[in-house]
Order: sequence, then structure tokens, then C-alpha cells
Amino acid sequence: MWQQILPGLRLKVFMTVLLGVIYPLAITGICQVLFPYKANGSLIESGGKAIGSELIGQNFAKPWYFQPRPSAAGNDGYDATASTGSNFGPTNQNLIKRVQTSIEKFRKENPDYTGSLPADLLTASGSGLDPHISPASALAQAPRVAKARGIGMDEANRLISRFAEKPDLGILGEPRVNVLLLNLALDREYGGR
Amino acid sequence: MTSLGIAQIALFYVLILVCVKPLGAYMATVFEGKRTFLHPALRWLEVLTYKVMGVKPDVEQRWTQYTASLISFSIFGFLIVYLLERAQAYLPFNPQNFGTPNVTPDLAFNTAASFITNTNWQSYSGESTFSYLVQMAGLTVQNFASAAAGIAIAIAVVRGFARQEQRTIGNFWADVTRATVYVLLPLSIISALFLCSQGVIQNLKPYTTVTTVEGAKQTIAQGPVASQEAIKELGTNGGGFFNANSSHPFENPTPLTNMFQMFLIFLIPGALTYTFGRMVGDTRQGWAIFAAFSVMFLIGVFVCYGFEQAGNPILGKLGIQTASTAGQAGGNMEGKEVRFGIANSALFTTVTTDASCGAVNNAHDSLTPIAGLVPMFNIMTGEVIFGGVGAGLYGILLYCIVAVFIAGLMVGRTPEYLGKKIEQKEVKMAMLAIIATAVSILVFSGITSVIPFAKNGYWNAPGAAIANLTNNGPHGFSEILYAYVSATGNNGSAFAGLSANTPWYNLTLGIAMLMGRFLFLIPLLAAAGSLAAKKKIPVTSGTFPTHGPLFVGLLVGTVLIVGALTFFPALSLGPIVEHYLMQSGRIWS
Repeated sequence: MWQQILPGLRLKVFMTVLLGVIYPLAITGICQVLFPYKANGSLIESGGKAIGSELIGQNFAKPWYFQPRPSAAGNDGYDATASTGSNFGPTNQNLIKRVQTSIEKFRKENPDYTGSLPADLLTASGSGLDPHISPASALAQAPRVAKARGIGMDEANRLISRFAEKPDLGILGEPRVNVLLLNLALDREYGGR
Repeated sequence: MTSLGIAQIALFYVLILVCVKPLGAYMATVFEGKRTFLHPALRWLEVLTYKVMGVKPDVEQRWTQYTASLISFSIFGFLIVYLLERAQAYLPFNPQNFGTPNVTPDLAFNTAASFITNTNWQSYSGESTFSYLVQMAGLTVQNFASAAAGIAIAIAVVRGFARQEQRTIGNFWADVTRATVYVLLPLSIISALFLCSQGVIQNLKPYTTVTTVEGAKQTIAQGPVASQEAIKELGTNGGGFFNANSSHPFENPTPLTNMFQMFLIFLIPGALTYTFGRMVGDTRQGWAIFAAFSVMFLIGVFVCYGFEQAGNPILGKLGIQTASTAGQAGGNMEGKEVRFGIANSALFTTVTTDASCGAVNNAHDSLTPIAGLVPMFNIMTGEVIFGGVGAGLYGILLYCIVAVFIAGLMVGRTPEYLGKKIEQKEVKMAMLAIIATAVSILVFSGITSVIPFAKNGYWNAPGAAIANLTNNGPHGFSEILYAYVSATGNNGSAFAGLSANTPWYNLTLGIAMLMGRFLFLIPLLAAAGSLAAKKKIPVTSGTFPTHGPLFVGLLVGTVLIVGALTFFPALSLGPIVEHYLMQSGRIWS
């Protein structure tokens, strides 16, 4: 019987070295050489300091910035060490209340937008770190941002359409706008606050 | 449903379809021990592995020896993961200094059981619990090992049908080694590099703290993700590096990586149907199983997609748009990422629960009730819709035994499958496997729904087991049911509102995983042993053909009816009643 059992120990130790140490370290080495920007988290720098990751959403509350979706990650949202969704089911009162509060806040902050509310804008993402909003959600905030910055609506809309990404390869996924990149462009073109 | 959404589902299916034959044929060659085009590059590694183990790959094993080897392989895996977890504070590659208090004995047990059974249920949150060493040398290794073991068992079961009058079903060590060296490792290397090129991170740095545009501090978790991500999908493991799994932008940054990950999940389970056909000498038999998989998959995906796109009528009444328009996806976006939208989330949900993967790119807990029923029912079938790598094939072969048995009863003939008489022993073993999993799911869910515990006690600090729920009413019951379904089915996805990191949940879920894996596959290996010893009967005009649409229909019917009969009462208390209450606007505090 030992003949059937002992190889298990030897194989597991061998696999731990090969697949648990050599394989991931080799991949790390190759990726650090070939794709250093991506492998290290697609970090965006400004003035020599990292200000965020292109792929990770961050909080924006000021009226002159486009705002991301609600986030359940961490206490204040967009905590990139605590990714999570709300895990509220569709009949959970907490979900309904949270959405109601968000709607009231949105309507108050965006009095000039009277259209309907895009599905993604006031719902929380699964990761809590969603870097995107839909183009419709960006357009819904455009009047507020334009007013706060003293720029024309056409300026704001032009910027949104410049940053609206189409589905990958023309077919995969959804059209979307990266909130961080859009806001950085705003600061670049019309000055930071 | 949008035309773009339907087109993406169709594209996904076609991608899988075109890979079935080439990869399936390749794997058949690998497991027959023949030379493949990768031998010049990798043969040395195979030989080295045999040397390290001290085994002769061509010495065959009986089913009992094969099973003993499998169990030894699993136990040592369990021990290594357990020890690495508990000792992480004293080991290298731990830049965040995660200590041992994070990893209680019950959590370490649960995680070790989870990763050796190819479940990858996660009671913990990766980015705040485990060092890079545990993720690499503990979890990544088991991703390979449990997947290779699954493939090995499937091949052994297939040999049971393919052989006649033999007492052995192959050599476990050779099968595991070949699955790792010639299938899993090369595909993982390519996939990891591709994923990293698209934005999946791969580094060993401490977490990065940045000052955001508005001046706040944001700490961003890092880690060797791509190397684990590749095998996580390819081996249908599903354990995320991060808590949010494949919805996390560092695990799954773009719709392209999303499609690629779904492709990896179905790749091997799909191709194994062809391997099966090849090994039993009739590829039509393999295509029949592939057709049965496809029918059940497509039903699930469109039910899930339809209900998610319809959205949550309660939010609709508040003014949230549920219809899809040019600039936004509509539907139920709670728990979903904008880049994936409704179609890719529904597709991923169906794929990951058909195959026993359990990676998620959206929060299953936030699905609308019927859309949430789809993943639950997929797992309840015993993970036989494509299924886990290997596990799907041996699972569906078990249902083939049941299906021909039922057909035999209807016409009063001794049932046969692939020229083998299906007799008492095989049917008993098949029923044992089905009943063991049903018992695990229903008994554990039932007890957990009612069991009281002292508040702040050891077993469950929040109090009664239902105090750990995020949602109340029928959705709360769904959270509990989903947990035991997922553990027993070795899936690993969750209605994650359930806080499962307490001794009660960690232990019961861990036991459910072990039952679901071993009480399912040991009876099956026993059946394979008995089948291998039988003589093949020649095909006559009275033989029921098992490659035509009639058999595909019978097989699909058997899977659906066995699942429905076993679980309908439980499902009606959870998602089904919630669906009607949601339609009438009822909410739960």
C-alpha cells in the first residue's frame, strides 16, 4: 500500500516547488520585463507621484468632477484593499433605501438634468472598484460639471465623447467612460481646482 | 436582450466549439502515453517527475489502488496548504505582514479542503488575509493539482468503458503528471502572459498607496495575480486572488480578458468530450455528450440573461432605467461592472456554474431571483453541464448510466452503454453518488436554517446561524442554500452576503466539499473498475443507440428531472417565492 501512498508526498512537494515557486516567479520576471506598466497595476503618475490606477476607480465628490458609481468597498467606498459588492438582494430594504437616497442626492446636485436615470449610475458594482460609468451616466452629469467649471455644455459633451470607449474589438462588452481619465483630462484642459 | 449581447454569447459558443476536436484529440494522445508535438519540449519534465516520485508510469493500478493514490495525493495537498496558511507569518513573500490570527484553524481547514477539492470556496478575503507565498505555493499549486486529479479520474472512468476483461484502469501518477505537464502548465503559461499583457497585475510588491486627485489616500492591493488567474479559469478552480474575484479590475480588466477567461473555463471540459469519444473508439458518443451539455448551457444562459435584462421592478418604480439604450446597459446593474454589462455578466454566471469553476465577474447575491436560480440549479445538477475539468465528464457518464438504466426499465431490457452491460453494481454506485450529494446539500442547509448558537460563543459569534445573513426573507434562505450547494458541488461561487468565516460555517462547508468530491468520485471509480472487467457485447438491432438525438434528449431529461425532483421544494422556498414577491413589490428589512 505504501507504494500507492508515498509518491503523493513526493509529488506534492515537487509540485509546490515547480508550480508554486518557479512558475509564478518566472511569470513575474517575464511580465516585469515585457509589460512593466500593466504588471505593476497601470499606475498613473502626475508630477512624479502616483495618483491612482487606470483600472481602479476612486472617489470623486466635488461638483466639478464626474462622479463614479456608489461603492461598497470599505467604509467610504473605493477601498482598493477591500474589494466587494453590496451583496444586497433585489428585495432587500437596504438596497431600496440606498438607491432612494442616491436618487434624491443626484437630483439635488444635478437640477439641470431631467432625463431618466441610467441603470449603472446609482447601483453599486460587484468589485466596489469599477473605474467606469456608462456614457449615459457621464452625459447625465455633464450640465453640473459644465456649470461648476464655467464651460459650455458642448465642451463637456465633446470631452465625454472623446473618452467614451467602444466595445472591445467592436463586439465585446459595453460602451464605457473611465471616470479618472475623464477627470484628469478636465483638469488638463480647464485647469485643476 | 440586445443583439450585441446575443452575438457575444454566440461568439463564445463558437470559440469553444472549434477547440473541441483539436484539443480533445491532443488530450487523447497524451493520456494514451503517445508522443505529441510538445514532447521535444516537455518530455524531460515528465520523466523527471516520475523519478522524483519513484513510480513506473506503465505499471497499472486497480480501481482501489488508483483511489488510494488519489486520496494520498489529496491528503498531502491538504497538509501543505494547512501548514503554509498557519505559518505564513514566519515565511517569506509576505510584504503586508499578514499574521496567523487572521487564519484560524477552522478557516485554514476550510480553505485547504476547498482548494484540494477544486471548490475554491473562499470564506476569507484574499487581499486582507493571505501572504503572496500562501497564494502561490499553497493555493496556485492546488489549482493545478486538483484540476489534474479531476482529469485523471475522468480518464480512468473512460478507460472503464473503453477496456474489456481487464482488472486495471491506468496509473494515477502517470495521469496526473501528464495532465499537468502537457495540458495545464503550457496553457497556463500562455494564458498568464496574455492576461498580464491586458492589465492583470503580476508583481511581488507591497501594496501601493497613492494620493487621489481629490487628495485622499488610496491603498491599492498588489500581488502575483496573472499566474494564478490563468490556472484559476483553465482548471475550473475559481478561487480569486482578491475578494471580488473576476469582477476585480486587476483580475479581469477588460471585456476581452472576460471573454478569454470564460473561454478558458469551458475549454478543457468541452474538449474532454472528444477525448472520451476518441478513447472509446466512437467520436459520435463524445459529440452526443457535447450536444447534451450545449442544450442545458444555452437554456441556462438565456433564462439568466432574460431575467437580468428585465431588471428589478422595485428599482424601476423609483425611476432607475431598466431598458437598454445606446448609452447604458439597463437591466439589473447592482453588483455588476459597467465594462461587462448585463450580457457578459449573465454569460459568465452561467459558464462558471455550469463548469464547476466558481469564479464570478458579478455579485451573484444581487442577481434577480430567477437569474440567481440558474446558477444554483446548474450546480445542483451535480456540475454536469460541461462541468469541472474531468469532473464534468465523469459526472455526465454517471448520468448516462442512470439514463440507460431508466430506458432499460421502460423497454424491459438489460441496459447497455458503450457495449457494457449496466448491472446492479453500476446503478447502485451511481445512485450512491447522487444521493450523497443531495444529502449533503439538503441536510446542511436545513440544519443551518434553524440551528441556534450562543451570541459571542465559539461556534458562531453573531448568534444563530441565520444571523450571518445580509438579506432576509426568502433571499436569506437562498444565501444558505447556495452556500451548501456550491460547497457540495465543488463550485465555490457564493451568494456572498453570507458571512461564512465562523467555525460553524467553515467546518460544515468544508465537510460538504469533501463529501461532494470524494463520495461522488469513489463510487464512480468503483463502477469503472467493475466495467473494465466486463466483456463488450456486440451491437445488435436491439441495442439502444447512445449517439443520436433520442439519447441526448433522454440524458438531458434525466439530469433535469433528477435535479428538479431533488431540489424543487428547496428552490421554491428561496428564489421562486422571492420572484413572485418581488413582482408584487414586497421588500424585506
